[in-house]
Amino acid sequence: MPNKTHVTTIINGEEMEFLCEPRQSLLEVLRDTLGLMGAKEGCNNGNCGACNIILDGALVNSCIVLAVEIQGKTVTTIEGIASPDGLHALQQKFIEHAALQCGFCTPGFIVASKALLDQNPDPSEHEVREWLSGNLCRCTGYDRIVRAVLDAADTPT
Amino acid sequence: MQAFDYAAPESVEEVVKLLVGKNGDAQILAGGTDLIVQLREGRRSTKLVIDIKNISELTLVAFESKNGLRIGAAASCSQICSNENVNKHYPGLIDGIGLIGGVQIQSRASVGGNLCNASPAADSIPPLIVHEAVCHVAGPNGARTIPVDEFCIAPGKNTLAAGEFLSSIIVPAPKEKTGASYLRFIPRNEMDIAVVGAGASVVLDDDKIHFVSARIALGAVAPTPLLASDAGTFLTGKAITHANVKGAARMAQEIAKPITDLRGTAEHRKHLVAVLVERALDKAIERAGGNYAE
Repeated sequence: MPNKTHVTTIINGEEMEFLCEPRQSLLEVLRDTLGLMGAKEGCNNGNCGACNIILDGALVNSCIVLAVEIQGKTVTTIEGIASPDGLHALQQKFIEHAALQCGFCTPGFIVASKALLDQNPDPSEHEVREWLSGNLCRCTGYDRIVRAVLDAADTPT
Repeated sequence: MQAFDYAAPESVEEVVKLLVGKNGDAQILAGGTDLIVQLREGRRSTKLVIDIKNISELTLVAFESKNGLRIGAAASCSQICSNENVNKHYPGLIDGIGLIGGVQIQSRASVGGNLCNASPAADSIPPLIVHEAVCHVAGPNGARTIPVDEFCIAPGKNTLAAGEFLSSIIVPAPKEKTGASYLRFIPRNEMDIAVVGAGASVVLDDDKIHFVSARIALGAVAPTPLLASDAGTFLTGKAITHANVKGAARMAQEIAKPITDLRGTAEHRKHLVAVLVERALDKAIERAGGNYAE
């Protein structure tokens, strides 16, 4: 057995620790070790965005981050987007606009959109489309997704 | 993925020691957007991954008006593209660096990695070449420098010797009356690999109607990014005219040796070189405040 490394990190506001092999991606550890199944494995090479998480404030693909790299860092996954009081405006607007069909890409789109609104609360349609260019959806054609994000940006929180 | 060990040293010396200790069987990790994918797909193998992001000098982007820009090898694209000084003094670099991937890739990918990965289509390399950027390399025999246009030697291969690694890239201070730009052709709007890329930089005379000098670099038309030196030299001392710009573009076209692959045919790429070089020169002239004589 290869040596395992002990990693301490903050995920969705909670301090967590886990053991992992250096070769394991953050996505693998989130899903298989920590039971956070919201981030999805789509392409597993950084093209599709289904595994998006926010790492120390930056939007990244968790499939191309090694789990050992997040020692001491802060992670937000789709599981950390809603509050105990209810869904985040983005989640609510994705439902209202039917901005999903199969749903596989949705966690990635919502995490990516959250990262956008965190730094640009009032994006233009062009800015939304450009920001989401690293997220692939094979069902909706993007239009409803873009409308949901723009509507969420207009929703007071 | 294959098993490997992981180290996150805190000094350049430690990195060199680890590299020498593994006798070449180690890989440097910055953003991992190429390395992790290549390890997973078996295109590279390694016993040790050395994460250099804990070494603060390697993640810095620093500008001084006298010495120019220093880009730490592990600095991310988004860090560079959000830097005020880079935007102000080197918009031609932003043209290329800002095109690498979407937001998620920009957050992680480094220009150092883009260079070391030595793809013929790497979007950061032609702009670095036209800016006369220089690689600073650390190794067991001390530090040395390599001009960016000599750094890549084949697709996926760079000129680093065993035990050496890229520590930073230095871009000289911008000259007076200068401008640069980079353009690429892709069939989509975002998230694609260049079919052809072209970078240009110009230095103009006091009246801004003649070229003092020019540099032109091409991507995706040869096994490595190319400096089109003759095409650049051709413009030295010449008037800023459309005929001269077209002449330089035709000369750049002559050194392009593209292949036909899934992204485009050799013929199409040849055609694109002339179009993109002309447009890149146009933009560089505009940024330098130059005026066409005709």
